[in-house]
Amino acid sequence: MTVHSFQEHFDEKMDKDQAIEAKDWMPDDYRKTLIRQIAQHAHSEIVGMLPEGNWITRAPNLRRKAILLAKVQDEAGHGLYLYSAAESLGISRDDMMEQLHSGKQKYSSIFNYPTISWADMGAVGWLVDGAAIMNQVPLCRTSYGPYARAMVRICKEESFHQRQGYEIMLTLANGTEMQKKMAQDSLNRWWWPSLMMFGPPDADSPHTEQSMRWRIKRFTNDELRQRFVDVTVEQARILGLTIPDKDLKWNEATGHYDFGTPDWNEFYNILKGNGPCNKERLDVRRKAWEEGQWVREAALAYSDKRRQRKEKKAA
Amino acid sequence: MSKELIKYTLQIADNALVIGHRLSEWCGHGPVLEQDIAITNMALDHLGQARNLYQYAASLFNELAPDEQMQLFASTALQNKVAEGKPIDEDDLAYLRDSWDFYNTMLVEMPNNDWAYTIARSFIYDTYNHLFYTKLLSSADESLAAIAEKSLKEVDYHMRWSSEWVIRLGDGTEESTRRMQATINDLWAYSGELMIMNDTDKWALQHNIGTDLEQIRADWKLRTSAVLNEATLQIPADGWMHTGGKNGRHTEHLGYVLAELQFMQRAYPGMAW
Ligand SMILES: [Fe+2]
Ligand SMILES: [Fe+2]
Repeated sequence: MTVHSFQEHFDEKMDKDQAIEAKDWMPDDYRKTLIRQIAQHAHSEIVGMLPEGNWITRAPNLRRKAILLAKVQDEAGHGLYLYSAAESLGISRDDMMEQLHSGKQKYSSIFNYPTISWADMGAVGWLVDGAAIMNQVPLCRTSYGPYARAMVRICKEESFHQRQGYEIMLTLANGTEMQKKMAQDSLNRWWWPSLMMFGPPDADSPHTEQSMRWRIKRFTNDELRQRFVDVTVEQARILGLTIPDKDLKWNEATGHYDFGTPDWNEFYNILKGNGPCNKERLDVRRKAWEEGQWVREAALAYSDKRRQRKEKKAA
Repeated sequence: MSKELIKYTLQIADNALVIGHRLSEWCGHGPVLEQDIAITNMALDHLGQARNLYQYAASLFNELAPDEQMQLFASTALQNKVAEGKPIDEDDLAYLRDSWDFYNTMLVEMPNNDWAYTIARSFIYDTYNHLFYTKLLSSADESLAAIAEKSLKEVDYHMRWSSEWVIRLGDGTEESTRRMQATINDLWAYSGELMIMNDTDKWALQHNIGTDLEQIRADWKLRTSAVLNEATLQIPADGWMHTGGKNGRHTEHLGYVLAELQFMQRAYPGMAW
């Protein structure tokens, strides 16, 4: 086949909603875009372990501790699936790690906010995992097969996380005045950052058209944000908590909630590295990687030795 | 009889809770993602075992007469519960006792330091724990025997995991050999306490609830020696052994573990989470 017919074959698969597999020909742009997106997604999973990992040793009871540990472990598992999916496109995990640490590849900005109270374990599960689900469910049918399959597994677990987070909030909301206050304070801090997880407004978001065709994206940022608001407002009502947005109002005509504008200034600032935890999150990841260097080297050296001994025996 | 049984159960439970706490500190910071997952898994196993044991100890405690309950722990928070006539649960035992009422061995409270240190601590403990749980299967106390049966598969996996890592690091690079040997040497002095019989162990042995730890010591020695040999590491001489933890006298480290672990219950007492 000529390059031209390769391209036609690829286009046909796109038109027919068929999956592209690792061994299939794909345009360079497609490969690069996917590597960037999947790596960023994988990095988000492992950097995302840090804000919640922050409360593992301080969980208020043993049951919550076990649930939180299992949750953060799930996120590590998500990272693993996604790194494998990205590797199938021809980039190594070590390369991705290096690009995370150098800042060349990004991770979700939401993890640059601090978790400063136990209620944040509720709000993060409820809102952050909740927003992640909205973003990710459409990716279960994305055009790149290994990515789509990873997302199916991930989305199942994310919905557990979301329910567990909501249950923490519900317990606090039904608790003492102090606990309600803790829950409200947490919602106040996480609400706007969660809305920003859907990305900038459509008007300022480039590439959308091509991403839609490649099924890397199936809905626009604003569509997903609206869907999230509509669902979450109802959930907050059940909790008896107040969403910190004075412009929030049911719109009879559209059948949706109207809501205020997130502080996009803050969003772009965090992208530039000025969020409350940007430096700390990356420093912690780098430190884990650097301090693990001798361990990884030792594991490699040992398996080499073992292989050599086996070969010697066989010879 | 129940008072001794509570203390014996807590010795086992506190080991599980504290080593689980230490392993959980690695979550998100492991040297490689697969091992991050593995070590978190083990933290979860230990935590699960601790919970089963605390639930059992709490049920035994709740059957005691109030004056006996009052004397068992120095914790004001627990005594207040008794005074109010309230039953206690697993969380009260983990979150409301101070270090002098914790009965874990000092080995498990030692800090993580680095991967080699963490591995050495787990290796010493897991090897003991596997032998111990195997004996506990035939305990005259059905609840403890049942918990041992439920946990043995996990404990077996822990022992194999930490032994394999000792071998990998011991027989890895020059640096890893040096680090692994240094931590084995450091922690060796905390291995003895696992297998020294205190009064509670002697009571448990008399009632066929516990086991003879001196017997375990011989098997422990065999197994650890085999692994250290394969790892090309020196077996440290059995010199001075630190003791105290099982009787409530701990290292300075445990206080910090508890400060972190118990923070929420201390800052916001008596709430449901
Ligand atoms: Fe995840
Ligand atoms: Fe999640």
